[in-house]
Amino acid sequence: MIMNDFKAREFDVIVVGGGGSGLRAAHTLSQSGLKVAVVSKVFPLRSHTVSAQGGINAALGNYGDDQWQWHMYDTVVGSDFLGDQDAIELMCKEAPETIIELEHMGLPFSRNEDGTIYQRSFGGQTLNFGQEVAHRTCCAQDRTGHALLHTLYQQNVAVATNFLNEWFAIDLVVDANGSVAGVSAIEMATGEIVFLKATATVLATGGGGQIFQSNTNAHICTGDGMAMVFRQNIGLQDMEMWQFHPTGLLGSGILISEGTRGEGGYLLNSNGERFMCDYAPHLKDLSCRDVVARCSMTEIREGRGCGPDKDHVLLKLSHLDPEVFIEKLPGITQIAMTYVGVDPRKDPIPVVPTCHYSMGGIPCNYHGQVLTVDHDGKDRKVPGLFAIGECANVSVHGANRLGANSLLDLVVLGRACGRYLQENIQSFTAVNPSHSDIERAFSRCKNLKKPSQGIDAVKLRKEMKKIMQEDFGVFREHASMEKGLKRLEVLRTMSKKITIRDQSAIFNTEMFNALELQNLIEVAYATAIAAFSRQESRGAHSRVDYPDRDDKKWLKHSIANADGTIQKRSVSKQTKFTAPIETALREH
Amino acid sequence: MINNYTLSIYRYNPETDKKPRMQSLEVDSSEVKGIMLLDLLKAAKDHDPTITFRFSCGAGICGSDGMNINGRNGLACMTQLKTLGDKIILRPLPGMPVIRDLLVDMNLFYRQYHSIKPYLQAEPPKDGKEHKQSISQRRQLDGLYECILCACCSTACPSWWWNPDKFVGPAGLLWACRFIVDSRDMKESERLEDLEGLYRLYRCRGIMNCASVCPKGLNPSAAIASVRERMLKKALGKQSYDEANQ
Repeated sequence: MIMNDFKAREFDVIVVGGGGSGLRAAHTLSQSGLKVAVVSKVFPLRSHTVSAQGGINAALGNYGDDQWQWHMYDTVVGSDFLGDQDAIELMCKEAPETIIELEHMGLPFSRNEDGTIYQRSFGGQTLNFGQEVAHRTCCAQDRTGHALLHTLYQQNVAVATNFLNEWFAIDLVVDANGSVAGVSAIEMATGEIVFLKATATVLATGGGGQIFQSNTNAHICTGDGMAMVFRQNIGLQDMEMWQFHPTGLLGSGILISEGTRGEGGYLLNSNGERFMCDYAPHLKDLSCRDVVARCSMTEIREGRGCGPDKDHVLLKLSHLDPEVFIEKLPGITQIAMTYVGVDPRKDPIPVVPTCHYSMGGIPCNYHGQVLTVDHDGKDRKVPGLFAIGECANVSVHGANRLGANSLLDLVVLGRACGRYLQENIQSFTAVNPSHSDIERAFSRCKNLKKPSQGIDAVKLRKEMKKIMQEDFGVFREHASMEKGLKRLEVLRTMSKKITIRDQSAIFNTEMFNALELQNLIEVAYATAIAAFSRQESRGAHSRVDYPDRDDKKWLKHSIANADGTIQKRSVSKQTKFTAPIETALREH
Repeated sequence: MINNYTLSIYRYNPETDKKPRMQSLEVDSSEVKGIMLLDLLKAAKDHDPTITFRFSCGAGICGSDGMNINGRNGLACMTQLKTLGDKIILRPLPGMPVIRDLLVDMNLFYRQYHSIKPYLQAEPPKDGKEHKQSISQRRQLDGLYECILCACCSTACPSWWWNPDKFVGPAGLLWACRFIVDSRDMKESERLEDLEGLYRLYRCRGIMNCASVCPKGLNPSAAIASVRERMLKKALGKQSYDEANQ
């Protein structure tokens, strides 16, 4: 394999990742006449956005009166007040027009009798600041992510966006001043290495749920962008906040949409009890995901789990109108039948809380500009670097994301970043990295080819996943996290010495898997140090030894640094159009 | 309960192999974490990391892991091992240039998809709101929009094998139908005209391999028939079409 010299290609903007946020940003950028390339390690339609099911929130009011301020309130409360209200305000306020725009692009939304977009109930969505359950979630049956991703791809075909498909981004190319000049990349089919130079680099690389043994994420969700940033000594924000989805399919972890509960389904324990009624009498099964996941885990831990191993709970749907399965939930009906042999029209589906989504990520503002915290605690922008989608932490989700707010995040903030670049890129100064700056960005790839190092990637991957699952899962405590973290530090060192057997230049999946594993271990490490440090329970971060929320010490974002240190960053309450929502206890 | 799975996998790396070969592999069933063919392939890859294939979501929605399984196209992640018998033979999707092992060059397939202008062409409503689409109009899209472009159908089609550069193929034509029947789209006439001629649509000979292999249970053949009907209606004019059908 030739690795000694690289070619270079130059763009105004490169978008790394072809999922929902990347494609939304690329659409705006392509239309603006800038020279743009979407760089994706998979053909864009294979991106994990395609797996989203339940829907996308917007206060359209198609079911009855609704207001974006109510949606904002739910999002802030759902975030356990760790969300930044400037960004949440933008997301909820722009939600309706963004959804209408998607409809105009062709997204095949489900419909009401009057021809308007159908809206279902979803977890944590209420009317009038926490009153009755809202119907705010627009959907295309239970295949909303698929419909959204295909629609955005189609619109990019219409505007002739330039795609580099099956190109793997290795690392950021950064000059001596810390300005980002693009990425080092490999064309996967040929093994050719290329420096993709750009005035602005937008990371839209998605989540990293593959750090956990049991997750709903695709194989490709390996936290590539987060790790690329972390390796440049830019801290990652709120990495302890991983969402466990209450209804991952037992065994495979495949997602069963929250839309099932939105349409009237509910969870049962081994006694046949609808346990959410006891834990959360107001919203019951439509409580926030962190709450429902904890309740399910508590049922299982206290011996009321189902099945011979008492290791799961049941999702009951058989009482729903048969039409619902055809019109609203055809996808999960097919999934349950294919993967566990259960017909949900007759029998309940075995489900278990499963790692689903990273609230944490690359800290940035709502233009997508990546931020670091300097020694005085002030935000500093990283020149040339942007982040959108699940890899970013704006933070619109804080400590717990509401269902159907992730697709919304992708399109609102993807568009915002595209617009910002369109308007401001002329004022950016070009970065000219030295030859060694560029070489450095290819070094990970070269090291894998050295024969003498001998660390086996398969074993490493299995051990990392086991540690994360056992020591950093739904419930966490000091001693087991300390033990897990120590071992992760060892694995992190080992990950730099992985050796691969495959020496071919042609679609060397062993090499890409090794690069991805190195990324995952960085993400796991950032998660571990952040979780170990945050001595409170907030949102998805639940500490057995610190069961209460501690606003005095921890109403702060955590910043996990590659050297193992933790910094804190203030949470924004800088709203423009409505009064900020005051911190209060979450009621269930 | 099977103790071992016997796999025969098509292997070809153009860098090192003069010609393709079939490789036999035994995988201990205890190493297979799941009930699907993809789970077996992942276990095989842990032993021999050079085995090359695409996969991602593992839930039949991303469309990455299309391959020819015991002579029939399907997705590895949607194929239950218990349906495959003792010996499992895996080959790349037929009729596609092989990049390496089970991983094929999909570019021509995507180009045919792009050729049907796979995007809604409509004027946004003047009131700035969503297009109104009734439940029954929306239902027209069911059975079409769910396509994941895995290429199982097109690469099972003899007409595609023969003319992949000229025949749109079942997947592309299914998508053409999806836009033609969308009540919001304003380019039905242009879309139908674009499919005229000997090749783009009319190479379809109604063999129906497409419908029999679609992992999502869609029926491209029926979609093609419905487009044909519209083309005929358009050519004859509605009145003569109705008369001819009496």
